[in-house]
Amino acid sequence: MKQLQLLMGMPITVEVVDPGVTEADIEKVFAYFRSVDDTFSTYKEHSEIAKINRGELGEEAYSDEMKTILAVSEQTRQETRGYFDIQHNGILDPSGIVKGWAILQAAHLLKEAGLTNFYIDAGGDIQVAGNKDGEPWRIGIRNPFNRKEIVKVLVVTDKGVATSGTAIRGQHIYDPHHPDTPLQDVVSLTVIGPNVYEADRFATAAFAMGKRGIFFIQQLPGFEGYMIDASARATFTSGFERYVLQHDNTR
Amino acid sequence: MKKAIVSLVILGAFVIYSIIHAHSGLVAVAPTPPGGSRPSSSAATSPTETPGVTVTPSATQTPGSAYKDGSYTGSVADAQWGVVQVKAIITNGKITDVQFLQYPNDRNRSIEINSMADPQLTSEAIQAQSANVDIVAGATDSSDAFMQSLTDALSQARA
Repeated sequence: MKQLQLLMGMPITVEVVDPGVTEADIEKVFAYFRSVDDTFSTYKEHSEIAKINRGELGEEAYSDEMKTILAVSEQTRQETRGYFDIQHNGILDPSGIVKGWAILQAAHLLKEAGLTNFYIDAGGDIQVAGNKDGEPWRIGIRNPFNRKEIVKVLVVTDKGVATSGTAIRGQHIYDPHHPDTPLQDVVSLTVIGPNVYEADRFATAAFAMGKRGIFFIQQLPGFEGYMIDASARATFTSGFERYVLQHDNTR
Repeated sequence: MKKAIVSLVILGAFVIYSIIHAHSGLVAVAPTPPGGSRPSSSAATSPTETPGVTVTPSATQTPGSAYKDGSYTGSVADAQWGVVQVKAIITNGKITDVQFLQYPNDRNRSIEINSMADPQLTSEAIQAQSANVDIVAGATDSSDAFMQSLTDALSQARA
């Protein structure tokens, strides 16, 4: 069963291939994404994050989810030497971490329902679980210069895959240490990690590092990366090819 | 009435999209602002800024008021560096796929770069692959042009 909805400003696709899946299982996932958006959208006047940014909410009144997100944001800031920072001009915008985190929580919801073979794709960031037709899921890395093309085919199970890039929205990530210098060299950086939350936060931080970002991924145990630069060349980490489809038996 | 409210609310979302897009260079390390959806205040005051937008993105959750089955080609939308056009596939009243018919291609930029000095990293020219895939990984599909074309396709599906 596969469904797509437009939520949080992006298409979210859920596909579950377990025979026991019900519409209610999938609707629960979409309802969860809606609740996340209601809490963390900086564009919603009544969201908790908007209230915090207007100074209307004291720390003691923060929801547990908000406390969690702020804590993991701070943890990520430290782990990335400040390259990941949700604070900009005194305003908190945790959207860079909320998406991956929300996808992972949504995957937990499906697992709690006893489902083991599925993927959740929110705007191109993906959590996969189990298999499809007895084989690992196949994820194509999109060509950032030509949206109809795939430039790499990954075979993964129980992993997260996240991409940071400038391809579709234009430039939207900057180097917090040099905020006035546009990042031009790296066009897209795809990271495979133990789950989509980990992959997403490190992809975001590494992208902000420019061409040094792929070295950052290289030294992270359990992560692999595929970086595409403006000259349409890719640079990838030493264990990346383990996840690349070698022989296409065209299922 | 409920539909009208939902429509208004969604109109606001597209106004916000344009705001997000216009300021996208200022967003701190945020590949995908999860907002941009349903700020009711702007929906009520500026519906005229987004003519023709009639889709309710979450309509798929409501059996009975969903889309008609078929495939619907959206309008060609200007993405500044090229044009975007999508086709929405509706099966059993739900959006099952969104395909890109047109998308900007800006690969013909050629910039000389130095090869990476780290022996652990490998470098290659990217190359199109033909194998079938289940999912596509990439930067977020949420540009104005994408939403504009998709919205048009979905409004046809509801007609």
